Amino acid sequence: MTTATVNGNRERESLGEFLLRAPAVGPALALIVAIVVFSLATDTFFDLDNLSTVVQQSLVVGTLALGQTLIILIAGIDLSNASSMVVATLVMAKLAAAGSNGFFALVVGVILTVVVGLFIGTLATRIKLPAFIITLGTFTGLTAVAKLIAGGQAVPVTDGLLQWLGTKRYLFGGIPITYGMTLALIMFLIVWYALTKTAWGKHVYAVGNAPESARLSGIKVNRTVISVYVVAGVCFGIAAWQALGRTPNADPNQFQLGNLDSITAVVLGGTSLFGGRGSVLGTLFGALVVAVLRSGLTQMGVDGNYQDLATGALLIVAVVVDRIARRQQQS
Amino acid sequence: MRQRSLTALALAAAVAVGTAGCTVERHWGGSTTTAGSGKAKIGLVTKTDTNPYFVELRNSASAAAKANGADFSALAGQFDGDNDGQVRAIENLTQQGVNTILITPSSSTGVLKAIKDARDAGILVIALDTATEPADAVDATFATDNFAAGQQQGAYVKAALAGTDPKLLMVDGTAGSSVDTERHGGFLKGIGLTDSSPEIKGHTAANGDQSLAQQGMENLLQRTTDINAVYSMNEPMGRGAYAALKARGLTGQVVMGSIDGGCEGVQNVKDGLYGATVMQFPKKMAEQGVLAAVQYAKTGKKPSGFVNTGSTVITDKPMPGVPSQNTAWGLQNCWGGTK
Repeated sequence: MTTATVNGNRERESLGEFLLRAPAVGPALALIVAIVVFSLATDTFFDLDNLSTVVQQSLVVGTLALGQTLIILIAGIDLSNASSMVVATLVMAKLAAAGSNGFFALVVGVILTVVVGLFIGTLATRIKLPAFIITLGTFTGLTAVAKLIAGGQAVPVTDGLLQWLGTKRYLFGGIPITYGMTLALIMFLIVWYALTKTAWGKHVYAVGNAPESARLSGIKVNRTVISVYVVAGVCFGIAAWQALGRTPNADPNQFQLGNLDSITAVVLGGTSLFGGRGSVLGTLFGALVVAVLRSGLTQMGVDGNYQDLATGALLIVAVVVDRIARRQQQS
Repeated sequence: MRQRSLTALALAAAVAVGTAGCTVERHWGGSTTTAGSGKAKIGLVTKTDTNPYFVELRNSASAAAKANGADFSALAGQFDGDNDGQVRAIENLTQQGVNTILITPSSSTGVLKAIKDARDAGILVIALDTATEPADAVDATFATDNFAAGQQQGAYVKAALAGTDPKLLMVDGTAGSSVDTERHGGFLKGIGLTDSSPEIKGHTAANGDQSLAQQGMENLLQRTTDINAVYSMNEPMGRGAYAALKARGLTGQVVMGSIDGGCEGVQNVKDGLYGATVMQFPKKMAEQGVLAAVQYAKTGKKPSGFVNTGSTVITDKPMPGVPSQNTAWGLQNCWGGTK
């Protein structure tokens, strides 16, 4: 799953080495433990409808986190992904309200987030600015743009296509599945395939591990970096569509912490903030763990502040595990 | 090539400085002249400048100042809770020689020192919308009595339940904020419950965020759907809660109330999302603040104490014993949006 090499024989590999080889195992275990605990602790958690709801709750942040994973894999970061997404929801909603075709509105919204990605990628490669600074700027700017577009008012959406991901559902083995869940799964599979089975994926990991070595081995580093921000932009545009499916109402005050939530999901998923190590499978688990915690703790009647405390503690555990794994790799 | 990189670099610098480093509070026109006695020079400091509520407050104050021949300038913090930006705004206005500062404090205690300095400099300071703590840190407060607004919402929901015992879910705002605490407490008094009443089936805090309100409500509804009443602390969260109720097919059996009186919220009431909302009147706060400033400039007389600018239940299903207005009236008197 990663390009990290494991020395020595497999029988005697340490826990750190094992986690390096399969970074999605930790978050998968955390997810299973959380589901088991909440299923035992409440009568209501283990219920097919509820499990479906939890997945739906994690779709927007999960789709944001999918793009964020790619960016963090090249040792970048995107603080503006949620604000870019919120601008896209407002643009889609405004266009639809003005009588435009839903498909057209959707395409315009996705193009917008892609253009933002192109802008960030270009600045990151041509001017060599840290992604943190660029996206801090785009985050602040886009937040303002969202509020200016909305004029403070939420924009209701009635267009069928824009709501389609949330409203259309079917049953799969008794579990209600929305089209939004289906689309998210397809996107995860595509990105997983691109990362693990294509040359582009190998380039992404290589650039994240050591950009200079990547350049010397003939990888077009700048092109890879820009392509990552563009592909992530597509994810953020789709996340906007997911958001309208969830709540058919574009509100500039939504997802104020969506950028940090997406980073949380990525880090909980075992992807290293230092780049080059991680997987989208882990991110999938990471996003689900957060939603499971919130749902389960709410059903247990736990105060929201303790829920944040739990999420924060889990995040620190994930970072510590990443650190230990790295250290064992180096030694 | 070099030329192009330089242009790009300049552009990047402009973006970084212009957006990331925006530590300057925003300035919305106005005069900075200091001469002339008897003429009111009014400075307004709001929490933010993009929230429609504060836009209404600013526009109303500006119009009232113009009508009364007063100088007016408005500054704002950059986000809700930006005490530092508000302190700088107060200092700048003091420097500009205003004789009245109208302020919606971001925090009830965070800007007290700056307010004291301004008052020591002989400036009349009136809190609009949000009271300071202690209340006498300012000369006077013109605001919605949020406890009373919550109480009206609670009374409406109680009346709409028509004698049935409430089974209540609560969507709160930011834990610990004074507005949240007052509305929450007022609601419970209005409906006749306390925080420990078994009639409360669950609560969630959603920071005013619609999507968080929806998630929190979905999780609460997983716990129980045997409910008949929902409290939401403001209208965006009311919309989120409604989405969760609708997905469960519960909207018919639940009475939901909200507070704010934004045009969008009144429209929601009209469309049947919630039974009632409680409207507040930022325009009144602004106008009364400006009039007090004009009087102070003329006569030196300062207003004092808490002046409740009122709140009104907006509903198309009026209940006996709960005075209310319909949504047609609400749409004419709402704030924000296009009227």
